[in-house]
Amino acid sequence: MTPMQITFILIAALTLVSAVMAVTARRMMHAALWLIATLMGVAMIFATLQASFFAVVQVMVYVGAIAILILFAIMLTRRSTLEADQASLGRGWIINALAAVGVFAALVTAVWAWPAADTVLTELSRDAEQLAGLGQIIADPNGYAVPFEVSSVLLVAVLVGAIYLAVERKPQHGGRQ
Amino acid sequence: MDFLRDPIAFFTQWLQTTLLGWGLAEPAAQVVGFAIGAFMAATGAMLFVTVLIWAERKLIGRIQDRYGPNRVGPFGIFQSIADLVKIFIKEHIDPVGMDWLPFNLAPVLSVAAVLTMWVAIPFAVTIYGVDFNVGLLYLVAVGGLGELAIIMAGWGSNNKYALLGAFRAVGMFISYEVPMVITLLIPVMLTGSLSMNEIVRQQEVWYIVVSPLAALIFFITQVAEVGRSPFDLTEAESELVSGFNVEYSGLKFGMFYVADFLHAFTISLLFSALFLGGWRGPGAAEIPILGFIYFAIKSSLVYFLVILMRGSLPRFRVDHMMDFNWKLLTPISLVLVILTALALKLMAGLSLWVQIPVLLVLNGLVFVLAQQMITGFFRRRRPREVGDRSRPVARYSPPQSDAGSQG
Amino acid sequence: MIPMSWYLIAAAALFCIGLFGVLSRRNAVGILIGVELMLNAVNINLLTFWHYQIQVNAEPPFNALVFTAIVFIVAAAETAIGLALIINAYRQRSTIVANDLNLLKG
Repeated sequence: MTPMQITFILIAALTLVSAVMAVTARRMMHAALWLIATLMGVAMIFATLQASFFAVVQVMVYVGAIAILILFAIMLTRRSTLEADQASLGRGWIINALAAVGVFAALVTAVWAWPAADTVLTELSRDAEQLAGLGQIIADPNGYAVPFEVSSVLLVAVLVGAIYLAVERKPQHGGRQ
Repeated sequence: MDFLRDPIAFFTQWLQTTLLGWGLAEPAAQVVGFAIGAFMAATGAMLFVTVLIWAERKLIGRIQDRYGPNRVGPFGIFQSIADLVKIFIKEHIDPVGMDWLPFNLAPVLSVAAVLTMWVAIPFAVTIYGVDFNVGLLYLVAVGGLGELAIIMAGWGSNNKYALLGAFRAVGMFISYEVPMVITLLIPVMLTGSLSMNEIVRQQEVWYIVVSPLAALIFFITQVAEVGRSPFDLTEAESELVSGFNVEYSGLKFGMFYVADFLHAFTISLLFSALFLGGWRGPGAAEIPILGFIYFAIKSSLVYFLVILMRGSLPRFRVDHMMDFNWKLLTPISLVLVILTALALKLMAGLSLWVQIPVLLVLNGLVFVLAQQMITGFFRRRRPREVGDRSRPVARYSPPQSDAGSQG
Repeated sequence: MIPMSWYLIAAAALFCIGLFGVLSRRNAVGILIGVELMLNAVNINLLTFWHYQIQVNAEPPFNALVFTAIVFIVAAAETAIGLALIINAYRQRSTIVANDLNLLKG
């Protein structure tokens, strides 16, 4: 086992254990913290794949923004007296676990049935990622400019929608709403 | 002579030859080398904080027309060590009902987020941790991990005021990240790469000369990101009982303190690397230790500027701070980036003597625009006098549109 | 160094853990956490195949990188709106247990 393989096994184990704790933790705050550990583990997996840009973007966007959003939502929607008493998983979670294991078995079978799945991913040269190329193809009309613009429109819609939904509206004079 | 020229490379060579001579395999020797390097960098940074704290207290004292600490040792240089001993032996108080996991993890994460930034900063031509090809983005991402520590601290304290303080602090930090990242695009555009080493290497003309407004906006947003005066409403004694760290005592509070000062020095390092040419100077490309000395001098000057700002400016109110960010800094930085991108594209291929004055003129224009915006927004409405001389009454007119306001 | 199947199996495991979370969690924010795990697993898969393509072909495939970026953007957007909806529902109904938000149930 090369050091890289040992490292990858450790990182994957960290990620999967944190994911299991994130979906089964009783207190939501702890679940969110385990989610942050999972997201950092995924960022490390991106780094071993030498997608360095996406590893950094994962930390910046997911851990730095989305995880903070989830933390805020948990803090704003808690009922402190009842949280620790109730179970975290609903009734019939055993069937759900069996379904998840079934899906996992199907996926693993599909992976092993593909002969090229065992190719060893070697280390690429340093500028194989070609960030400059990615930047150019995002702005190229024959490239991926349209998805880029559509996603920016999507983000504007999300911005306006989230503010409209989450703002507490005070009742107008006379009680009209 | 070789040791003096480049101590890090000398030491690394010696370590590798010794380890290989002991029979260690090649990858294991590398891992040991990396581990020792990381340990030395982190410990060096933490020990350096004592010097930073001493310098700050002396300078703030002088600004406020008093001596700083001057009892413990000549010029008070052992004061930090005395404070260190005191903080180590203080009792750790656990508030009732606290959540132990976030409460204890928050100070550790706070310091870790700052120390991880030291990995990607180039101190000299060959003295750096790792040369990421996305180094600048890495620094922004890791700097954002400190906000998580603040939320965890505020939540784990089981204290409404700590939680409110944490909310306001995180709101401020997330808001000021926006103009910071937009302004960081300008050194990237001028260099053509996100790598920190590349940015420093390309600065034959310092970027503060090419784009001073971007440097100014970056400096302001970085001071806000640290939570330093005048943006220190998160830790002020009179604001929400000193904010998210009210329930901490002993070494845990000491860790927040260390993280604050270390972050302030780290932003001075960042600013000098990005805008002041980093380790560049006469003879620095051949002799790495000279580059290190130049870098240290530049960062110390910027750190002095940060301390000066702390000692002389009053604190921002929270709504003023948000207005300042969203209504002034973000539009100005967006306009600046768009104009700089346009100008660089149109002038591509012209000589440097043409490009730099054009960019300077652009910066000046955007600065004038910013001035107009400031005077337009914050024009005060003067109260008008009603009544006669025997009974003068001042009535404050409600804010009207600009077209109908009285002088 | 590392066979590709390891990455794919790790991503599949993460996806199934997220699936379990979506199906079993009572709290609505917990369900969103499960969705985030599934999206991250998809990203790992995409970047694994991008790396494989660079090794096998000469030309780097940019569509994988663009697809990953779009998944990032959509995940962020969906989390923001989902959390805004949850906060709104909490204000109206004082509960975010998914089973109790059943006003439209037939």
